[in-house]
Amino acid sequence: MSTTLISFTLNGEPAEVHVDPFELLVDVLRDKFQLTGTKKGCGEGGCGTCTVIVNGEAVDSCLLPAMRIMGAKVETIEGVEKQGRLHPLQTSFIDKGAVQCGFCTPGMIMSAKALLDKNKSPSKVQIREAVSGNICRCTGYVKIEEAIEDAARMLREDAVKGECHD
Amino acid sequence: MVQDYVFPDSIPQAVSILAAGKGKARIIAGGTDLVLDIRDGKFSAETLVDLSNVEGLNRIEEVDGNISIGANVTHTQIVKSELIQKHAPGLVDACRKIGSLQIRNVATVVGNVVTGNPAADSAVALACLDTTATVVDINGTRTVPFSEMYAGICLSCINSCCHIVTHLTFPKKQKGHGSAYLRMEQRNALSLPMLNVSAKVSVVDNVFEWAQILIAPVGAGPQHAVDAEEFLKNMAVTNENIKKAAVLAKNQAKFRSSSVRGSKEYRMGILPVFVERVLHAALVDAIQA
Repeated sequence: MSTTLISFTLNGEPAEVHVDPFELLVDVLRDKFQLTGTKKGCGEGGCGTCTVIVNGEAVDSCLLPAMRIMGAKVETIEGVEKQGRLHPLQTSFIDKGAVQCGFCTPGMIMSAKALLDKNKSPSKVQIREAVSGNICRCTGYVKIEEAIEDAARMLREDAVKGECHD
Repeated sequence: MVQDYVFPDSIPQAVSILAAGKGKARIIAGGTDLVLDIRDGKFSAETLVDLSNVEGLNRIEEVDGNISIGANVTHTQIVKSELIQKHAPGLVDACRKIGSLQIRNVATVVGNVVTGNPAADSAVALACLDTTATVVDINGTRTVPFSEMYAGICLSCINSCCHIVTHLTFPKKQKGHGSAYLRMEQRNALSLPMLNVSAKVSVVDNVFEWAQILIAPVGAGPQHAVDAEEFLKNMAVTNENIKKAAVLAKNQAKFRSSSVRGSKEYRMGILPVFVERVLHAALVDAIQA
């Protein structure tokens, strides 16, 4: 079995890595880039804690062969903070108490970010759909929904001020 | 064990790779089922053949009076497609129900059909639309009616080690036609359907010219409720006739009790309710045609 050198953009930076033909993105991120913020939960696309953003869309990295990300833009939870400044989603999750054990949080934030990157005024229905593939077993979902609504508000305010979180 | 993962640039190249693999090369679509099936030993492959680089397969388009869905089209693309919303709103509803958003962003409609699962949401919705599949292999290209794509329970006639489904095609909506899809589920997300139904109707002067009613999972692939379909032919569009047809749908329903999907008695009891609802939804769509 031969490995393949793949090139892609990881959290805004060019990245290259040798991968096995059937290696999954979650394992490449965690084991080869030491980006362990992306969690491995059920391993079968049922919990969403491995969610990352690929080319603007939330995906389960536990189901995605790494070969697929050749040339793609991949964002993980480690890339959400910019220059030491937390993303509004991160501050809102803290402020609203949307984090308890924290295991689901990276995936939850990546799903929410994929939504807010495209839509800074989402409805409750859109927020619920965006995180419907992410399971939290601690807090329930009310605080998470409130945190995402709050982050959307902050992003809208920042946009008025000309501040960007991309 | 997977030894190689390749991206052919064309269908002929993909067919050649499959032929050279002699059963050990396999098409991978979205991979959301296949990755698990390989890991669990249900399928094996030495070479995975990914069609992502084949141009044109990610399109939903109108071609010669038909709607064509390419092999790489994801469920999310269907959900967002104005063309599908106009011509097959039931397919949009079905695709919105599959897995989670993360899965819908990757999983393909063609893959959902080829897995052969009798209750695959998109397959149930496509089954009432006179859908055909364009299948390519080493012997050439052929068109396969949807009803001939199933070889048994969870068994497809499509062998992904030698066949490639390049497109699914169904006729554009005509005046007086309407279609719809409904499923019963335990919760709103990340759940398998306990029961799913689809219907397409043709209505002229408030009379059913014909109706197609599909129910699942009750056999190998979505099954026609033939007694109900026969009953509705040339019958007036009335609540009474719809209720009678909905009860007749039970004649073709052979549910099995399942810890995942529910007991056969419960689903048999609920089936007429869903058939009635899906016929009304299809009629609403027909009015909008």
